[in-house]
Amino acid sequence: MRLSRWLADRWLMIVALLVLGYLALPVLVVAALSFNRPSSRLSYDFGEFTVDNWRQPCATSEMCDAMLRSVQIGFLATVVATVLGTLMAFALVRHRFRGRSGINVLVFLPMATPEVVLGTSLLALFVAAGVPQGFWTIVVAHVMFCVSFVVVTVKARLAGMDRRLEEAAMDLYANEWQTFRRVTLPLVLPGIVAAALLSFSLSFDDFIVTNFTAGTTVTFPMYVWGAAQRGIPPQVNVIGTAMFVVALLLVGISSLGRRPTR
Amino acid sequence: MTRLARHRLLPYLLLLPGTAWLLLFFGVPLAQLAAASLYDPTGSLSTGYAMTWALGNYPDVVQAYWPQLSRSFGYAGLALALALLLGYPLAYAIARKAGRWKNLLLVCVVAPMFTSFLVRTLAWKTILSDSGALVGLLRDVHLLAPDGRLLATPFAVVLGLTYNFLPFLVLPLYASLERLDHRLLEAASDLYASPVQAFRRVTLPLSRPGLVAGTLLFFIPASGDYVNAELLGTPNEYMIGNVIDSAFLVRLDYPQGAALSFLLMAVILAVVFGCLRRAGTEEVW
Repeated sequence: MRLSRWLADRWLMIVALLVLGYLALPVLVVAALSFNRPSSRLSYDFGEFTVDNWRQPCATSEMCDAMLRSVQIGFLATVVATVLGTLMAFALVRHRFRGRSGINVLVFLPMATPEVVLGTSLLALFVAAGVPQGFWTIVVAHVMFCVSFVVVTVKARLAGMDRRLEEAAMDLYANEWQTFRRVTLPLVLPGIVAAALLSFSLSFDDFIVTNFTAGTTVTFPMYVWGAAQRGIPPQVNVIGTAMFVVALLLVGISSLGRRPTR
Repeated sequence: MTRLARHRLLPYLLLLPGTAWLLLFFGVPLAQLAAASLYDPTGSLSTGYAMTWALGNYPDVVQAYWPQLSRSFGYAGLALALALLLGYPLAYAIARKAGRWKNLLLVCVVAPMFTSFLVRTLAWKTILSDSGALVGLLRDVHLLAPDGRLLATPFAVVLGLTYNFLPFLVLPLYASLERLDHRLLEAASDLYASPVQAFRRVTLPLSRPGLVAGTLLFFIPASGDYVNAELLGTPNEYMIGNVIDSAFLVRLDYPQGAALSFLLMAVILAVVFGCLRRAGTEEVW
C-alpha cells in the first residue's frame, strides 16, 4: 500500500529519470569503450581493459589531423557567423525598416531546411561554378547554417534587455558610441558568447553538410564516418569522452560564474 | 551625411553582410538545385548536363525510390511518436516537479550533445550488438527469438533517430511548460477537474507552442537523416538521405539527387507551414 502510494507520487520523476538514462547510456558506453582494446578492428564489442588509448590518443595521426582541422574550421566559421549574425540581430530588434519580415523569413528558412538539402544545393552550386571543394567551401557552408542560430540567440537576448539603461546612459551625457561600448555591449555579451559556443559546436559536430562540401578534406566527423566502414580505432572514443568532459567543465564554470550576480 | 539619413541607412548596413551571405550560399544554391533537378537525366557530370526542363525527373524518382521516401517519413513519424511519449513526461517533470534540481536535469538533457553525434550513434552499435547484454537479456526472457537481432533492424534505426533528436523536442516543450501558470491548474481542480481532465483541458493546450516547435525541430532533421540508417540499419532500412547521398557522391547522378532533395524540402516546408498555421503562432519569426 505504502509502495503504491509512493509510486503514485513519484511515477513522473521515475519516468523522467529513465528517459535521462536512455539519453546518457551512449555517452557512458563511449567512455567505457575509450578504455577498451577491441578483439578485432571491426569489432564494436568489449575486449579487454586498457589505458593505452588514453596514453596515445594520436596513435592514428590521420584522426588527430582531422580533429585539428575541425577545430580550425569551427573557429573560423564561429568568428564570421557570430559577427554577421550579431549585426543582423541588432538591425532586426532595434530598427523598423522595409523588408524586415522578408529578412526574418530568410533567417528562418535555413533552420527549417534539412541538412541534406543545404549540403546538396551547395554542392550543385560549387560544381556548376567550377569551385573546387575543400577547407574553404566547408567554412563557407558552416557560416551559412550558423548565422541563423546566432541571429535567433542574440535577438532573444536583445529583446529581453531593458532599454531604460541605455536611456539613462544617454541622459548622463554618454554619446552613442560610449553608450554602446559601456552599456549595450556588456549587457548583450552573454547572448553573443552563447551564440558563439552554439556555432562552434554546430560546426565542429557537423557531418551531413560537410560531407557534401568537403571534397577530399577530412574533418573529425568525416573521419569517423569513413572509419566506421574500415574499423574504428578505439581512440575515437577517447576524443569523444574528452570532448564531453571539456564541454561539461565549460558549462560548470559558466554557471558558477553566473551565480553571484543573482 | 545628415544624422537622419545615417539612421535610416544603418539597419541596411548592419544587415548587408549577413543577408548577402545567406542569399549567396543558401538562396542561390537552392535555385541551382532546382535547376539541376530539371536537367536532362541522360547527361553526366563529365559530359555536362543540358537544361531541358525535364519535369519528368520528379515522377521518375518518386517511382524509383518510393520505398525509401515512405520509409523516411514513416521512420521519422514513428520516432516522433516515441519521442513525444518519452519527452513529454521528461519535460513536464523538469519544469514542474524538479524543484532545485531543475538546472542540473536540464544540463543532463543537453549533455549527450557535447559528444560527437557520430560517435554516440556508433555507441548504439555496441549496445545493440548481437553479443551484447541487451540482446542476451531479451533472448533469455523470450522477447527475442534465439537468433533474433536488434542491430540492423528498423527498430534500431527508429531507436537511433529518437535518441539523437530527443533533446530538440524536450527543450522547447520544457520552455512552454515552465511558463505555464500553476494557478490555472489549481483553478481547474477547484472546479472539480480530475488530474487527467486538468491535463487534457489546461496543460496540453497551453503547451501547444512548445509541442509545435519541438515537433518541427525533431521532425526536420529526423526525416532528412541518413546517418542512423547507414550505421544502425542495412540497405533495407535506407531512407531518402541515403539515396541522395549516393546520387551525389557515388553514382554522380545529379538530376536524380537534386529532384529527391527538392522533393524532401517541399514536403518539409509544407509540414512546417502547415504546423505553424495550425498553431496560429508567429513567435518563430
